[in-house]
Amino acid sequence: MLEIEGLTRRFGSVKAVDGVSLSVPAGQMVGVIGRSGAGKSTLLRLINRLTEPTEGRILFEGRDVTKLRGKDLRDWRTGCAMIFQQFNLVQRLDVLTNVLIGRLNHRHGVLAKLGSLLCQFSPEERAMALSTLERFDLLSTALQRSDTLSGGQQQRVAICRALMQQPRIILADEPIASLDPRNARTVMDALAQVNKRDGITVLVNLHHLDTAREYCTRVVAMQQGRVVFDGAPSELNAARITQIYGISEAEFQAEAAAAVKAAPDFDLPRQSALA
Amino acid sequence: MISPAIHVQEAAFRELRRQRRNATLIGGAVLLVCLLVAARVSEFYPSSLIAGAPRIGEYFAKILPSLEWSKLFAGTGTEGSIAFWLYRLDAWALLLLETAQMAALATLGGAAVALLLAFPAAKNLGAPGWVFQLARRFLEATRTVPEIVFALIFVWAFGVGALAGILAIALHTTGALGKLFADAMENVEMRPWDGIRATGATWFEACRFAIAPAALPDLLSYALLRFEINLRSASVIGFVGAGGIGEELYKVISFNYYEEISAIILLVILAVVAIDMTSERLRRRVIEAVA
Repeated sequence: MLEIEGLTRRFGSVKAVDGVSLSVPAGQMVGVIGRSGAGKSTLLRLINRLTEPTEGRILFEGRDVTKLRGKDLRDWRTGCAMIFQQFNLVQRLDVLTNVLIGRLNHRHGVLAKLGSLLCQFSPEERAMALSTLERFDLLSTALQRSDTLSGGQQQRVAICRALMQQPRIILADEPIASLDPRNARTVMDALAQVNKRDGITVLVNLHHLDTAREYCTRVVAMQQGRVVFDGAPSELNAARITQIYGISEAEFQAEAAAAVKAAPDFDLPRQSALA
Repeated sequence: MISPAIHVQEAAFRELRRQRRNATLIGGAVLLVCLLVAARVSEFYPSSLIAGAPRIGEYFAKILPSLEWSKLFAGTGTEGSIAFWLYRLDAWALLLLETAQMAALATLGGAAVALLLAFPAAKNLGAPGWVFQLARRFLEATRTVPEIVFALIFVWAFGVGALAGILAIALHTTGALGKLFADAMENVEMRPWDGIRATGATWFEACRFAIAPAALPDLLSYALLRFEINLRSASVIGFVGAGGIGEELYKVISFNYYEEISAIILLVILAVVAIDMTSERLRRRVIEAVA
């Protein structure tokens, strides 16, 4: 159970996320929708603590994760993996190493840490990475540089990296916004499979309402940092969209898609280094 | 029919262009004044330049070897042959090799320390304030002091020889390369950084996997350029007794062995050309390789 209580993040005078409260039971697949600048990305980054909240708390199974520091914070991040719109793989590294990066925080002890810096992973870890790649039909790409892969393949590699973390939650920030429809489908299928088969809670930011309706069991709509709708996808019909956003569903989608394409570089302030 | 709106835009365009032109002119004038003041302060007078310039030619004429076509490939004993000009080639080649080793060791050592310090000195990686300041200031200090000064200190400490030269050049290299490395890291795309930090990896791991692979081609070309520069430095640093071909160069310059000066300079230039050609190949391969 992930509980968010009155979560707020200000950037200067702007409230990117404004008093959001949500509770997400384990195993749900939640779609977060909203226009560009509604605070969806910031919300996910707040949960992973890539961005620090100004106010409010995040609780996971009763434990406050907003105040975690150092090793505890890194363990929390490992437990809630992130998927990004631009995949955020290391372009010049091979696919296998990119996937193994998901194991870094599972390696304990000084020697193992030093080994990580020298790219030394154990045969078991490599086997785990390769079988994850095989699961998503990527095994043959393991030794290629990740920038030689298509967008859909790269995003699935990112999902493999996330799974290597053995997370409880996956936070996916516009995972299909940079993909063509066919690749978008394979990526959404992969996320749905991870949710169903591994029982991992998935929070996914989407601008396409049909996708949210098809894949998610619950939809949260945001507007100017606030949650304005929270319920079953079937309740979020065209009339409801117009009521919330004041525009038709087609307009909503066109606008969100244009905004996502125009500004893929959502550059938010980063957290300090040795946290 | 041209609408009034177009006239307005045309006028605005002209106005903008006029402003830019004025700004350029004013900037140029300020620069010129600064140059004149600087020349005056540093006693860079055109009169002495004109008076002295022919003597540069004279010097070059003196150091040029007197080669003769008919005897070009004759033995060491014949005046006018290449062999006569480079009669100490074996000794110089050995000294040049020693100089190249000094430069290589100093570049490698300096670059290694520079790499470690560049991560905390790169602003975008968010090292704690005091670590960032310490790294930046240390790099500044080491690159501001000329290597010849370091060499004098090390010669005093470790005695005459190559060790002093290597340490001096390595220290300066750390400062010069550390700054360039940090700048290269600041230009790295930060999305992989977020991706890796979000997995729960440590700062060091994120540096290793998100920054180092992306910055590697730049780091390598800076280091190779520095190797060239260090070869030159290592050739000069011998002037203060810090080993290498510099001691020999200093000797032939002070004894006015004119033809030997040009011979040594030619050898140094050839060595730099060789480094340049090799480094370009190496760089190409690294850019294409999996990091």
